[in-house]
Amino acid sequence: MTALACADAEPPSPARELWQSLAASRGALAGFGVLALVICCGLFAPWIAPHDPVLQFRADLLRPPIWSAGGDARYLLGTDELGRDILSRLIHGARISLFIASMSVAMAMLPGIALGLLAALHRNALGALIMRAMDVMLALPGILLAICVIAILGPGLLNTMLAIAIGTLPSYTRLARAAALAELGKDYVTASRVAGAGTLRLMVMTVLPNCMPPLIVNATLGFSSAILEVAGLGFLGLGVQAPTPEWGTMLASARDSLHVAPWVMLMPGLTILVSVLAINLLGDGLRDALDPRLKKVG
Amino acid sequence: MSLLDLRGLQVRFGDGPRALLAVDGLDLQVDAGEVLGIVGESGSGKSVAMLALLGLVDPPGRVSAEVMRFDGRDLLALKPAARRRIVGQDIAMVFQDALASLNPAYTIGYQLQEPLRAHLGLRGAALERRTLELLDQVEIADPRQRLKAYPHQLSGGMNQRVMIAMALACDPRLLIADEPTTALDVTIQSQIIKLLLRLQRDRGMALILIAHDLAVVAEMAQRVAVMYAGQLVETAAVPRIFDHPAHPYTAALLAAIPEHSRGNARLSALAGVVPGRLDRPAGCLLAPRCALAQPRCVAERPALVDAGGGTAARCFFPQTFPLTAIVPEAGGG
Repeated sequence: MTALACADAEPPSPARELWQSLAASRGALAGFGVLALVICCGLFAPWIAPHDPVLQFRADLLRPPIWSAGGDARYLLGTDELGRDILSRLIHGARISLFIASMSVAMAMLPGIALGLLAALHRNALGALIMRAMDVMLALPGILLAICVIAILGPGLLNTMLAIAIGTLPSYTRLARAAALAELGKDYVTASRVAGAGTLRLMVMTVLPNCMPPLIVNATLGFSSAILEVAGLGFLGLGVQAPTPEWGTMLASARDSLHVAPWVMLMPGLTILVSVLAINLLGDGLRDALDPRLKKVG
Repeated sequence: MSLLDLRGLQVRFGDGPRALLAVDGLDLQVDAGEVLGIVGESGSGKSVAMLALLGLVDPPGRVSAEVMRFDGRDLLALKPAARRRIVGQDIAMVFQDALASLNPAYTIGYQLQEPLRAHLGLRGAALERRTLELLDQVEIADPRQRLKAYPHQLSGGMNQRVMIAMALACDPRLLIADEPTTALDVTIQSQIIKLLLRLQRDRGMALILIAHDLAVVAEMAQRVAVMYAGQLVETAAVPRIFDHPAHPYTAALLAAIPEHSRGNARLSALAGVVPGRLDRPAGCLLAPRCALAQPRCVAERPALVDAGGGTAARCFFPQTFPLTAIVPEAGGG
């Protein structure tokens, strides 16, 4: 063997490439870390949380967090007006928020993409009908649309998801249609048709994978706004109902004791803020990593 | 009987007098194992005619033909699914820009195996063997490694080879190469042309080569069809068309080859542009640009007539231009 045998430079796999460009941004990395923490909390809530989230410690009402005067080591972030441990409620709340947010993103994304591809494929009456319907939905503020849906269907876990999904559906449809229209004009689509691909295969297998980057970014950003909307609906009393630990509902019930015990409101508020910020940072990083036009050379 | 028989092929976009006739009454016959070159300026309808043959012209475009037969089967009478099966298996196409014609989301191995799975039903080891064999045929080194590569990780020439391998996957009887070398640099061009010719000869398949580079056509084709503004203006066998073009447009194309101008003489060029949708002349479509136009050329539209020696030309006054007459003499005074 010669000493000059050249090592075969294996091109990095797409997943590895994505991770490398993601890791290059500190914000995205921090966002990823915080989100991972929140997801862990949600997944392992019953084992991590120090107390039962609905258990009321009648002797310890409105106990302040451990670092201020009168704090109790048993309640790290204090207790609320009914004596429930705030930390435990936040940890269990992560579970609800993440579940609703991810389900509503999925419930918006799948039909949204399907409608978008359909509109791109049929640029005649059907496409126009779909896109005008989306325009009408976009003309209403998302939270208002969600309130309408809840008003019709009634509050509850499933209806909350549905309400948020309907509000975000148009953005996926528009993005999918725009991306699909751009891809449909390319030669590889013609090549695939020459090879005998049918319409369904053409749209789902050939075109869709190339439309995914903007949709993925929209989904991550939609995930954070879904968390906000869950909290907003909960705050208005239209979301998940009372004893269930949910961040927005916690905020709402803390309103009465705002002046005596600000931490009861501060803790869920900060949790919402940090989670949403983390997801937005990650979404930004993903956009930079997935969009070839923003990619650094070399 | 010829493998492909096209008669009176017409592709129009829009309706009424404002319609654009992208292809206007094209007649084309290709025999098994024959190499036909189609040349013409951009917008002369070469590619659209081929897409119409493959059934890929989308509304608002409309395709009609008197005869469209492939291997004795009438393509126009077939249902879309049956036609797709024929087109996918027996007719294949290689495009101009190989990078754009490969799906960026999949590895080339996956894309190469897709038609093999769909049309030939190959699985497992047989599929793998056939894939490697195909890559080997198009002279790609280290094919096993390349299977895992994505199109953007390969060079233009490599991508074009992969494209050719994909087109050959189902052993097509007719290969349509739409300017297969335009996006490549000159050294790679000659490699790809040699490769295409070798594969065509080895497999005895028919090849339609669309090009606007006459040198490429001269090297490869046995017969040439010259298109102008959607019409066939001349067909002739290869050495003859280059020595004795019958149609003034063919003569002008040949005169415009840079190699034909000598010294510091100006390059010969045909003045004017291809007529558009609204300014199609009533007579011969070339009449406004033709140096030899007569009153009859402006009034009437000529038909394709036999000009002798196996040549057919769409001209009232077909003549055998000797090459020296159209190539400017050396010096220039």
